Amino acid sequence: MDIFSFLVQTLNAVQYGLLLFLVASGLTLVFGIMGIINLAHGSFYMAGAYLAFGLTSATGSLVWAIVLGVPLAMLVGAALEALLFVHLYKRDHLEQVLLTYGLILIFEELRSLIVGNDVHGVAMPDFLAGSIPLNDTLSYPVYRLAISAVCVVLAIGLYFLIQRTRLGMMIRAGSHDRDMVQALGINITVIYRVVFALGVAMAALAGMLAAPISSVGPNMGGQVLILSFVVVVIGGIGSVWGALLGALLIGFADTFGKVILPEFAGAMVYLVMAAVLLWRPEGLLKKGA
Amino acid sequence: MNNRIHKLTVALAGAVALGGATLPAAHAAEKIKVGLMLPATGTYAKLGTAITNGFKLYVDENGGKIGGLDVEYAVVDDESDPAKATENANKLVKRDEVDVLVGTVHSGVAMAMAKVARGTKTLMIVPNAGADELTGPLCAPNVFRTSFSNWQPSYAMGPVLLEKGIKKVVTLTWKYSAGLQAIDGFKESFTAGGGQIVKELTLPFPNTEFQPYLTEIAALKPDAVFVFFAGGGAVKLVKDYAAAGLKDSIPLYGSGFLTDGTLAAMGGAGEGLETTLQYADGLDNARDQAFRGGYAKAYGSAPDVYAVQGYDAAQLLAAGVSAVKGKIEDRKGMITGMEAAKIDSPRGAFSISAAHNPVQDIYLRKAQGELNPAVKVAAKALADPARGCRMQ
Repeated sequence: MDIFSFLVQTLNAVQYGLLLFLVASGLTLVFGIMGIINLAHGSFYMAGAYLAFGLTSATGSLVWAIVLGVPLAMLVGAALEALLFVHLYKRDHLEQVLLTYGLILIFEELRSLIVGNDVHGVAMPDFLAGSIPLNDTLSYPVYRLAISAVCVVLAIGLYFLIQRTRLGMMIRAGSHDRDMVQALGINITVIYRVVFALGVAMAALAGMLAAPISSVGPNMGGQVLILSFVVVVIGGIGSVWGALLGALLIGFADTFGKVILPEFAGAMVYLVMAAVLLWRPEGLLKKGA
Repeated sequence: MNNRIHKLTVALAGAVALGGATLPAAHAAEKIKVGLMLPATGTYAKLGTAITNGFKLYVDENGGKIGGLDVEYAVVDDESDPAKATENANKLVKRDEVDVLVGTVHSGVAMAMAKVARGTKTLMIVPNAGADELTGPLCAPNVFRTSFSNWQPSYAMGPVLLEKGIKKVVTLTWKYSAGLQAIDGFKESFTAGGGQIVKELTLPFPNTEFQPYLTEIAALKPDAVFVFFAGGGAVKLVKDYAAAGLKDSIPLYGSGFLTDGTLAAMGGAGEGLETTLQYADGLDNARDQAFRGGYAKAYGSAPDVYAVQGYDAAQLLAAGVSAVKGKIEDRKGMITGMEAAKIDSPRGAFSISAAHNPVQDIYLRKAQGELNPAVKVAAKALADPARGCRMQ
């Protein structure tokens, strides 16, 4: 591999890692702060992609689709929390798995009933549709770079929200001791609802942003769900920075695994996960870091 | 849980199918019982529907009969799940006592079905699954195929590229048997004609993060790239390939599944892609035009290659039934009739090879809008080599 290819592959790895972070961050929030194992996270990603498809067709632009879609996803998230997830906080993980797995089936079936089983594409906004030529044969799509930028902004925003705001302080406190926070006069029910809605919105946003560069189709949430869990576990459950670090690590492992050890490309991500967990069973960064 | 829900739907579907058909059939003198084992849910649901529609279109065109016999259906949703394939096939053969198994899309499921068919000597017609094994090592006197072998469409592409002066090619596919067999077919004809495969790239199924491979292709600078992908993976690859700026400098070719039913989702990125397949849009034959008209009238949509394969499965079965004049107990006579059949398919007439695979024309197509019109016949009457097939 010459230096040019190496640099482009590094860009590929960072870009893929940031996209993974975007999906996984919502999962780590809900998992780490609320203690909910949400298998339906991939379905929210899929729902986001289909929202992007539907709203882009209706409004004519992905930007509008996102502007309308994110609040919609938050509402759906808040409603799901109020109706279903609120009953799960005191229950064990098996029941959470049962409920959220059930949600996967329901979402897939709804998708099949409402939009059918076809594969769809979503047009990217015109002002991001171009490519930057890197040499005489290879170009880099501007849209992918734009997604990376959005991911970086969101990572910083999320960090700021959790570490530097009053709401973030309450969220952090709530994740440590729900009852004590409530005793101090803070409405923890509302806080949890906000966190869950935020988690759903992050997954849906990831789906919307990824829609133009992936194909929108059946079972698209499954792949993403597995990788998100890998990222969350590597990073340390509940740690936003950990998720970012884990996502980048997986981005590099996947990209360079495919190039350097193509025979093991399928196993590379999981080998890295196993190695990290042997070294640090709790993940790279512990909760709250 | 998944299991239980599906079992329930299957049971319901079965009950409906039986309730609707057994009662009148009890009075009918002669009937043939067809077991349709196709995907009704999951990724391949759409393909299963197209095959079923095609099959039933032929039956309806012939007054609800196949070769003069009334048709009774037993239906199972195979969910494209190989783990349930043997059980599902046994259900049709033993519980429903079907005379013929028709299925399926997924190669792994079809191979498990073929084993059941071999064991129970039940007649079987494969309307899609392309695994080379089905008419290779797994071939059997009672197993027929009306679709293709993975080897066929890609083998036809080798000479096409050589004719264009293309000498060096990089291949890319998912690392699963359909993809690897398709690439092998291409490699065989391309290297035999003096072409060189610079690198064979594979990625784990169903991963679609293509960026690292595109970077590598740009560094290798081959004359062209040959791929095997289908469905959502095909859409993403073609879009990524165009976005990476490779489409104009390093042309992309593929087996026809790349652009079948996927062009709309590619949103223009697929325009002009050349692929090879046993069917194309706008074929210049009256049979195809009649078929397309009839299909559109019956189902309100344009037929695809899968519908053609389902239609031809019914035609092949009809040839067998007609050969024994409706006496389907004469299994041997039916098989001889099917082997000798000349199927007047919408794709163009084809005959059946010694290994029971179609000997058919493979078209070179060039994507235009949402269609794949034929450019020319890339390979005339192409027969699969049927390696490892020993009929007994």
